Amino acid sequence: MSELWWWILAGCAAAYGIKLLGYLVPEKILENEKMTRAAGTLTIGLLASLTIVNTVASGTAVAFDARVAALLAAGVALLLRAPFLVVVIVGAGAAALARYLGWG
Amino acid sequence: MAKLDAVPSLMTPATKIGSSIAVATGLYAISYGALGVAAGLNLWQVMALSLLMFTGGSQFAFIGVIAGGGSPGAAFGAATLLGVRNAVYGMQIKAMLRPNGLKKLLAAQVTIDESTATAAGQSDPAEQKRGFWVAGIGVYVLWNIFTVAGALLGDALGDPKAWGLDGAAVAAFLGLLWPRLKSAEPVAIATVCALATVLAIPLVPPGVPILVAALVAGVWGYFGRGPATEGLEPDVEPRATRGESE
Repeated sequence: MSELWWWILAGCAAAYGIKLLGYLVPEKILENEKMTRAAGTLTIGLLASLTIVNTVASGTAVAFDARVAALLAAGVALLLRAPFLVVVIVGAGAAALARYLGWG
Repeated sequence: MAKLDAVPSLMTPATKIGSSIAVATGLYAISYGALGVAAGLNLWQVMALSLLMFTGGSQFAFIGVIAGGGSPGAAFGAATLLGVRNAVYGMQIKAMLRPNGLKKLLAAQVTIDESTATAAGQSDPAEQKRGFWVAGIGVYVLWNIFTVAGALLGDALGDPKAWGLDGAAVAAFLGLLWPRLKSAEPVAIATVCALATVLAIPLVPPGVPILVAALVAGVWGYFGRGPATEGLEPDVEPRATRGESE
């Protein structure tokens, strides 16, 4: 099996292990306000970072291309309370259109 | 509240919310599946993540890092850190449902944003239980079906960039982040982590800037003061059925 496969299976095992941990560990140990808070801020920070990486990262360079149009269009769709799948389609459409018009 | 006369005993408020969340969440696995093959994973790898990892944010993170040229190890790191909140959900569900034996092992696999939010939105213990299982199993089944549909669609599309699939990934991550930005603090965390990411991109290998941002966010949360539930919201809000849980 390829290296990618092993990392996929390791990721799946880790994800299940983390879920199960919540059920197995005595409440007193994990029920700690600081840990709960860190788990929440971690989620926000990771999603913000993933959004930016997918928008401007091009290898180890920062590039502004059609993906910026996708970010802006998705933001507008979210402000208009569009459902998730519509937001994704709007993002794809904006990037495809920007590219068709010759940007990035 | 409208009565469903055909199946009055099956459709309680919790099962209604759970099934509407399952449909809304399940559908967006189409975008996950299409982006997965665009990132270079094969159909089986895309399916394995939905069947076994089964936590949407982490799955998007894994394929997002790979798509950006990051190593599989960095993809593993980002996906695993994004799954940490599921341990908190596990504690909450354990306290609400008290599952035993095999049920505990099954409950763990379907412990995600949506099933936890559906259960937590109910006050009656029997409704909490129904909400958790209907949302959890409903999302699991639909998420895996639409993953395959999305992967086949992604394969058929051909050149991912011509269809703007890289833009779809950007929109997907913003869509996952959005419901968590409900007050000033999460907006500040998101801004600081975005800046840290941009600064780190030229300095470290692809995929690693995400881990730098994770460190910033974790330190912020652990040492800073603020509400304990920041960032722990479902990806898809049950808008159509909001208010029915009471």
